[in-house]
This record gives sequence, C-alpha cells and structure tokens, in this order.
Amino acid sequence: MKKQLPVWLGFALALVFLPSIFDSVLGISILNQMTIWIIFALSYNMLLGQGGMLSFGHAVYFGLGGFMSVHALNLIADEVLVFSITLIPLVGGAVGLVAAIFIGSFSTRKSGTVFAMISLGIGELIVASSLIFADFFGGEAGVTGDRTYGPPFFGIEFLQDAEVYYLGAFWLFVATLFMYLFTQTPAGRMANAVRDNPERAEFIGYSTRRVRFISFCAAGLFAGIAGGLFAINYEFITEENLNALTSGRVLLMAYIGGLGFFIGPIVGAVILTLMNSLLSNYSEMWMLYLGIMFLLTVIFLPRGFAGFIMMHQIAWQNRRLGTLILPYFVTAVPALVFLAAFVGLVELSHKGDDILPFFGLSLGAESMLSWGILLALAGIGALGVKLSRPRLAAAWALANTPTADDRGDVR
Amino acid sequence: MTLILGLRRPQSKHHQSTHHQSKHHQSKHHQSKPHLNSAQSAAGQSLTRRASLSIGALVCAFSFSAATAQEPVRLGFMDPLSGTFASVGTSGLNVLEFAADYFYNSKGGILGGRMIEIVPLDNKQSPTETQLQFRRAVSEELRIIFQGNSSAVANTLNQTISKHNRRNAGQEVLQINYAAVDPILTNEECSFWHFRFDAHAVMKLDVLTDFIAMNDELSSVYIIGQDYSFGQVVADNTIRLLGEKRPDIEIVGNEFHPIGQVKDFTPYVTKIASSGADAVVTGNFGADMVSLARSIIDSGLDVPIYTFYAAYDGITATLGADGKDRIRLIHTDRANPLASDERRDFYKAFKTKHPNSDITQSRLANALMMVVQAMEQSQSTDPYDIAVQLEDMRFTSIAGDELWMRGEDHQLFQPLYISKQTDEGIEFDADNSGFGLLTEYEVGTSETITEHSCRMRRPRR
Amino acid sequence: MFEVFVFATLNGLVTGLLLFMLASGLTLIFSMMGVLNFAHASFYMLGAYFAYTLSAYLGFWGGLLFAPLIVGCIGAAVERYGLRRVHQSGHVAELVFTFGLAFLIEEAVQFFWGRDTKNYQSPELFDFALFTLFGQEFSAYRGFMIAIACLIFGALYFVLTRSRVGIIIQASISHPQTVANLGHNVPLIFMCVFGVGTALAGVAGVIAGPVLTTFPGMATVLGSIVFVVVVIGGLGSLPGALIASLLVGLLQSYAIAADVGMPELLHLLGLSFDSSHPLNDLWTLNLPQIAPVLPYLLLVLVLIFKPTGLMGNREQ
Repeated sequence: MKKQLPVWLGFALALVFLPSIFDSVLGISILNQMTIWIIFALSYNMLLGQGGMLSFGHAVYFGLGGFMSVHALNLIADEVLVFSITLIPLVGGAVGLVAAIFIGSFSTRKSGTVFAMISLGIGELIVASSLIFADFFGGEAGVTGDRTYGPPFFGIEFLQDAEVYYLGAFWLFVATLFMYLFTQTPAGRMANAVRDNPERAEFIGYSTRRVRFISFCAAGLFAGIAGGLFAINYEFITEENLNALTSGRVLLMAYIGGLGFFIGPIVGAVILTLMNSLLSNYSEMWMLYLGIMFLLTVIFLPRGFAGFIMMHQIAWQNRRLGTLILPYFVTAVPALVFLAAFVGLVELSHKGDDILPFFGLSLGAESMLSWGILLALAGIGALGVKLSRPRLAAAWALANTPTADDRGDVR
Repeated sequence: MTLILGLRRPQSKHHQSTHHQSKHHQSKHHQSKPHLNSAQSAAGQSLTRRASLSIGALVCAFSFSAATAQEPVRLGFMDPLSGTFASVGTSGLNVLEFAADYFYNSKGGILGGRMIEIVPLDNKQSPTETQLQFRRAVSEELRIIFQGNSSAVANTLNQTISKHNRRNAGQEVLQINYAAVDPILTNEECSFWHFRFDAHAVMKLDVLTDFIAMNDELSSVYIIGQDYSFGQVVADNTIRLLGEKRPDIEIVGNEFHPIGQVKDFTPYVTKIASSGADAVVTGNFGADMVSLARSIIDSGLDVPIYTFYAAYDGITATLGADGKDRIRLIHTDRANPLASDERRDFYKAFKTKHPNSDITQSRLANALMMVVQAMEQSQSTDPYDIAVQLEDMRFTSIAGDELWMRGEDHQLFQPLYISKQTDEGIEFDADNSGFGLLTEYEVGTSETITEHSCRMRRPRR
Repeated sequence: MFEVFVFATLNGLVTGLLLFMLASGLTLIFSMMGVLNFAHASFYMLGAYFAYTLSAYLGFWGGLLFAPLIVGCIGAAVERYGLRRVHQSGHVAELVFTFGLAFLIEEAVQFFWGRDTKNYQSPELFDFALFTLFGQEFSAYRGFMIAIACLIFGALYFVLTRSRVGIIIQASISHPQTVANLGHNVPLIFMCVFGVGTALAGVAGVIAGPVLTTFPGMATVLGSIVFVVVVIGGLGSLPGALIASLLVGLLQSYAIAADVGMPELLHLLGLSFDSSHPLNDLWTLNLPQIAPVLPYLLLVLVLIFKPTGLMGNREQ
C-alpha cells in the first residue's frame, strides 16, 4: 500500500482537476457517467475477474439500489427522512447488499454455467416484476425524484451537475479504495484461489461456496453504491437500469478493459462511456462500429486494453520500450488510413443523396470516383499494415529479449 | 451527385439538414450574438473544447469560410436514430429536415434571412440516453427540442426540462412534443415549457369509439394491448367511452401482454377467437402490431382491427392485401384523398427527395410552421418568447385544417381522421406497396376539444 | 374451455417445436465446445432475412434450401476464423465474442436490409386451413412447421446415434483427445458441428420468418429463451432439448390461455384486499401477465434442485 501511495494521490488529484479541463455541460455529464460506471464495472470485476463468477444479472443490484435511492430522495423531499443526500449511495449500497445476501444464498452454491444461468434467470424475473409492480418501480416510465430538497451539505444544494460530480468523485475514490483493499484481504485472496482451483481450495479446508458468497455480497454492495450515485445524478431510474442490456454492458466494460487487472474495468468504463456518448452524435452506424470493435478486441486483445498496456512491461524493464515507437507508428498510420476508408465506405453507403465530407473531400454515393477513392485508400491501408507487420513483430521480439545478451542480438 | 474534388465544402457534421447554410455554423465561435448572455458564450467556448474530446472527428472535416450571413436558427430533433426503434425516428427526421428546407430555407430563411438547421439527437428511445442527449443539447445551445416517440421518454424529458429551467434561469429549453400521447403531459404533469402537437390518447379514443359506436353490427369488442401506461390508457378509456356510447356492446376481453417480448401472438388470438369478438381494439405499435395483425389474419379471424399505429415503416407492406378493409387507424394527418394542392405538392416534393420514405407525421410540419410563426411574431428565438406566442395561437395548416393551441394546457386541437388500409382510391401509398390509407371519417377541430386538469405554473419574467 | 385447451396445446406445440429447432443446434455446440453461443438466435434471424431476399428470386422453396446453407457457411467461417482463435483465451472470452457477434449481426442486418419490418410471406401452397375446430382455423403452414421440426429431430437423432459420424461426434464431446489420437480431425468436426448447428437455426428462421414477422429485433425476442431451454433440458442431451422445448412452449401457451391469477387464488383462500393496499399489484396479478417469465422461473428452480438439467448427466 505504501508503495502505491503516489498512484492513489495521482488518482485523487485527477478526480479533483478533471472537471476544470472538461467543463462544458456535456463534459461534466460524461464525467458523471464515468464515476458511476467505474464503480459498477469494478464491482462486476469482483465477481468475474477476481472470483471467476460469470454473471448475466449484475444490473439487478445496481438497479435495486438505484430504485431505493430515488425513493429515499422522495422521502427526503417529503421530509419523512432527514439526512443529507450525500449519504444516498449508502442507501443504495445497503439495498444492493441485502439483495445480494438473499440471492447469493442459493445462487453461489455452484460456479460456472449453473451460476451464470441462475443469474440470467433471476435478472429476467426481476425485470419482469419491475414492470408488474408499478407502485414501486413506476412501470416503464420509472420513478423520479429531486435531489435539491434535502438539507444543504455545507451550503451546497446540488443544483448543478458539477456539484454532483464532486460528490460522485468522492464516492468513486472511497469505493475504489475499499474494493482495492478487499483484494488484499484473505477473503479477496481466497476468491482468487477458488476461481483458479476450487478443488484445491476445498481440500485445504475452505468452503468455496462461502468464499464465493462473500465476494458476491461485496460486489452487490458496491453495485448498489453505483446505483445510488445514478439516482443522485439523473434523479430518476427506470426498468432499463436493471435489465440484461445494462448487465451486458458492464460485462463488456470489464472485459474490454481487462479482467485480470484491477485497473482494467476502469479503462473499460472510460472507453465505453466515451464511445457511447460521443460516437452516436456523429453516425447512425455507431453501433456497427462498436460491435466490430468488440470482436476485434476479443480476438486480438484477449486480456483487454489494460492487458495490452501491461504487455509492454518486459520491454519497459529491458529499457527497450523506445525501440517500439517507430515500428508502432509505421503500422499505425496505414491502419488508421484503412480505418478511415472503411468508415467512409460504411457512411457513404448510407448517405443517399447527401454529401459525405471526408478530409476536405466531398464524396457522393452516386459517384463511382468516390467509391474508387475510398476503396483504393482501404487497399493501400491494408497493404501497408500487411507489409509493416513483420517489422513490428521483429521489433517486438527484440524488445522482449533480456538485456543481458544485448549486443549479441543486434545484427 | 458528383464528386467535387478539392472544393473545400464547409461542413460541420455529416448530418445536416441543408448544406449550403452550414458555413454559418462555424461563425458562432467568432461572432457573438447581441442577445447572448455571458453564460451562453461560455458554453459556446467549451463547445470547442468538447470537439477536442470527440473521437468522431474522423468523419468531420472542418473548414472556415467568411462569415457573411447570419447564424442559423438551430432546432434539436431528439428521437431514436439507431437501434430497434430507429425507423420511426429516422422517418420523422426526414420529414422535419425536408419541411425546414421546403418551407423556409429554400425561400430565404426566417427572421430576415436566417436558415433553419436541424440537429439530430439520438436518444435510442431510452430515458437515460434522453438525459445524456439533453445535456448535449444544452452544451450546444439548442434551446428548442422536437421530440415524439415514447411517452416514457417524453415524460422524462418534460421533467428534466422543468428541473433544468428552474435551476438555470436564462438558459431555458422548450419541448415541442409531436407524437407522445400520454394524457398526463397536458394534464397532471403539464408544464409551461411543453407543447403537444398531437392529440392525446383520450382525445383520439373519443373519436375512435364514436366511430365504433356507429357500426350497428358490432355487439362485442376485444381489447388487447401492451402492458404499459399507454396500453392501459387505451384499455380503460375504451371501456369507459364505449360504455357511455353503446352500453349494448360487450367488452369480451381486456388483455395485456408484455411489451416487445411476445414471440407468437397465436395463443392470444385463440382467446380472441373463442371469445366471439366482432372487433379488436389495440394500441400496439411496431413489431407487436405487425405480429398481432398477422396472427389474427392467419387464424382466419375476419374482424376489423381498430388501431393507432398500424401503417408505414414496413407495416403496411407486410400486411398488404391481408389488411385490406380490415385495419383502421385513428390519426391526425388526413390521408388519401389529400385536402389541398399545397399539401399534395409538399408530398410530391418529399417523395422526389426520399423515394423510399413516406410523410409519416405531417404534424411535424405543422409544429415547425407554428414555432416559426411564433418566432416571427416575437422576432426572437428565446424559448420564453416563443412559448408566449404559441399560447392560444390559431393556425391554418397546408392541408387547410384549423389548428388551435390551447393556452391553458398547451394542447393542440386539430381535426382527427379515421382511415382504413386499402389499395383503392390511393394517390399516395405507404411503403411503395400500392396500399395506403383512405380516410373514412373525420371530426372537426372544435369537436375534439376536451376538458383538462392542468394547473400550470408560469415562470415570472 | 375445452376448445381453448385444444388450441393452447396446438399453439404450445408449434412454439415448442420452433424452440427445439434452435435448441437442437445450440445444445450440440454447447456440449461440444462449452460455448454459450449468444449469437445463436442471430443466425436464426439471418436465416429469415436471407430467405426473404432469396424468395424474391427462387421462391419460398429456394429460400428454404439455400438460406440455411448460407447461414451454415457463415457459422462455419465464424468458428474457423473467430471462435477458434478466441478459444485459447477461455470460455469467458468465447462468450463475450458471441455476445459481440450477436450485436454485430443485428447491426449488420439493419445495415443491409434496413430497419423496417420485411414483407416475407409464406408460400401460397399453404394458404388454406388444415382443419377447422370449433370455428377456428389451424393453418396448413403451422402444420408444415410441426412436420419440419419432427423431421429434424428424427434425422438428428438417427445421425447422432446410428451413424458413424454421429458416434465420432459423440466421442469428441466426451473424449476429444482420444478421438484426435485415433486420427480424426477434431477441429474440423467442431467447425462442421458449428456450421450444422447454425444452419439448423437458419432453417428455423426461414420457416418462422413469415409467421413471427421478419424484423431486426426477432433475434432478441428469442435470444435468451433458447439458452433457458438448453439448460433446463440438460447440456448435450437432444431428447432433453426436445422435452424442455415442448415444456416451455406449452407452459407459456397454457399460461396465456388460463384466465386465472391471484384474485382467484385469494378468493379460494377466503382473503381479500382493497385496491389501496400497497401490494395491490401483487393481488391483482394474473397468469397471462407473467407467462413470458415462467421459463426463467422454471430455469432457476431446475438449477437449484437439479443443476444438471432434466436429462443431463454432467455439469458445466
């Protein structure tokens, strides 16, 4: 922990200063989304990454926490409850924990497919009941609240999103710290052991079920905290926040970011939130790009983006990271050309009569020349990648060879 | 369209209603508009920063040009433009963009030469995404937002805008609701910042039940709908209104099914058939509508189906001859025969530009024209000024319909029509299928006026 | 009441057999490679769309013949160039891959065919009522669906248990190493099974498209329910898949047909609540309302009490 103090300090500083960099309404709103999704994705990683439990219904704890938090906001507004809304995430966390204790009591008996399918079934059941019990869940319109009615917190009434951001950042820091500390506890260590070799863990006297149950409850708690933050930020919550789509999204975040690393889900949450909120503004086809990106990531970066960064650890230790910069650049340029041409082709085929602006060119779908240019660019890009790949591979191999026989290697 | 190489056409986003006016878009950062307050120009500066954040810069080619003309009037259009419900949102966007070009931009713009620019905001028909897109709209200084699909989304937007406007005086946003029909939007939940240009569900049902009541052969009706607020409003009010108008008609079934989850409607149709119903009333939309109608037809049940949303976007083509004389729709747009040459020319021009699309919601053109008239009358684009002008505005649409925007609850009154699906006497078909809607029954504006329970809170200025 | 019961049974049978066509392929893939193929229903959707396009040129029967072939080839290619690579990274990676694939296929369908509902019709040959019971028609096309499903079950069961190929496939499921040592190309077998499994989903799409409407959301509607069927039936068990499919189909169909619910139950128990009770939604609940979630309830119950599924004999 001592060694990591600078990292945590940097994290805290980044959280404090980020809103001064992205200070538009949209920027703050994206940062707010990130705080929520990072906590949620980290809590999911407690299940899958650290405990080896694949869940298709993690949004249940997020959503239930969120629903109860919105109801708590309304109770505060009606002056039934009197406490500051800064504590709402604790309400969400408590609900998430209770739900996890109840559901985990029977779903954590087995891991693997049985666990996964139970989580799917429970998720669908909760979603269905959310539409049936309209009094609590508000039907498809959800329930709304107002965060500004509570007693002010040192004069802050949370009228603006920026004020909410600092509240979210505080909870993000606290939750991240606790989730990290959890990985260092015996319970966290045993979760890894049960994930990797349940038989052996049983043999040395641990109840695998109990270990899974503890991780499951902790994950439910933090998912509930994220749900509480969601309630404060958006002041409403609907059925879509506990359905399979949300569960799938958090799974993708954790996976794309990198399951094996604590920082992975953070990276994944940041990337996916950015794509979701920005890409859709530029193209109706954004989901297609997102799907392609998923597949490519799964095929080529099985350990996620965090895993990709960590791959360079050996080169870093060998002090040869610098030798990779040029080969990376040489491959990246044609790859970007190919990417741009591909996006151009997709967009052009959906343009109809409109003109597609493309790096200063104006392309039209009915002009053969337009198609020709894009196809040629795509071809050049693909060829460039193909030609430069061997050099990259060679540079990679070189950078990863130990420094001891440094001179012998360079021929 | 030919390729124009080398010509640096000014473009800001790939999705622009018109291309010739977009050069003015850039000027915003350099010229400050006289009535912009400081908060707005701050937001304008951060817009540039936001651009640096965007990954989508890939498809944007910015270029600068001399800012000679005035900056455009930018209107937001928020509806699903990607995902399952995208076809409805995209066809709405086509109509609105086309109407802006056809009525104004091609004739020199509004407010003395300013063009209208429609900015699409894709909310994916999700309440959460709606909030995110709303914040984007605020970032980009879009102060007027057209929105229609899904009452849940409309409710969310209504509440979000109310909170935003209360907390950010001087930066108010106006909601132009062109299709969400949940009655509460102009009743219990009415807001000064919300105007509805569609007739709400109870108004439509009043006309629909009148029409059903006129059919002496009917003795029993089956109601089936999606299990959510609109489906429940349809069921409750059909029962109530038919009970008042034709107590002898028996309601032999009142069924709710989960929205978008039913694979096969045959089990439901079995129940309809064994109930002996003479007619079916449903508020279903999208795939639920098509599947239900298909199952009814396939099982050989020969009963009329009274609906709200059973045309266009592939539905008419899919039901085709099977739906002939069987599907009946309550709607606000006069279908065949069109009422005026002006309306006919508009339709023809639209079909020339979008041969594979239809004018599914001409309400959008009405809404746009009334908003523009409000702008012209107040010589302002400020939401408050527009709202004040819109209240109690009377307007004649291009179809010759008399429209009235009631000031007390911001509900528009317009003639309502009931049409049937057929291929006879169809001048403008749907989905290029040869089949279209033929209007059978119409009710004038004054007869659609209903009571309301709105207690509007007006902002002080 | 009796007519409702008869028709509910028939409807349940059609739905159940349709589910079986999907589940049969999935259970093969699932048991063999341990892949939870989330994209299986997407191949079903592809089948419907290809058949829609092909039927414009080759008629319905051309579509029925070629669309599953195309889908099967796409499936085999996905296994060869996608899944096989991902396989090294473990089951979760495979799952996320198929998850992304389902997403991508839905987007690609919208890209190529648009977002509208497609006018894909059943052939005129079947435009008659097979029989009329109590004044209601049972269309010939539904009879055709039942026949095709039975044919598939028979053929699959025969191939898997009686033919040499089937025996090799069954052996590769339980003992892949041994089969490889005996000189069989196990990766090729995997690819073929994946191709055949997706082609079966394609067949289901071709014949379900006209009845259940062909639109981009058709995969999502069926998506997870097929898993439910496979898991309830027991992994790798073809008879199990059949029984579970029929069970799920009939359960839903009867639930919709039955107009009973909590009010009747409470009446029986002699209890009553007024409408202002906070749990009013619960007291007015009826069976048709919860019909679509009954399979999930069944799934959870089966997994809690018999984690191997109804007919399965192994976990995982």
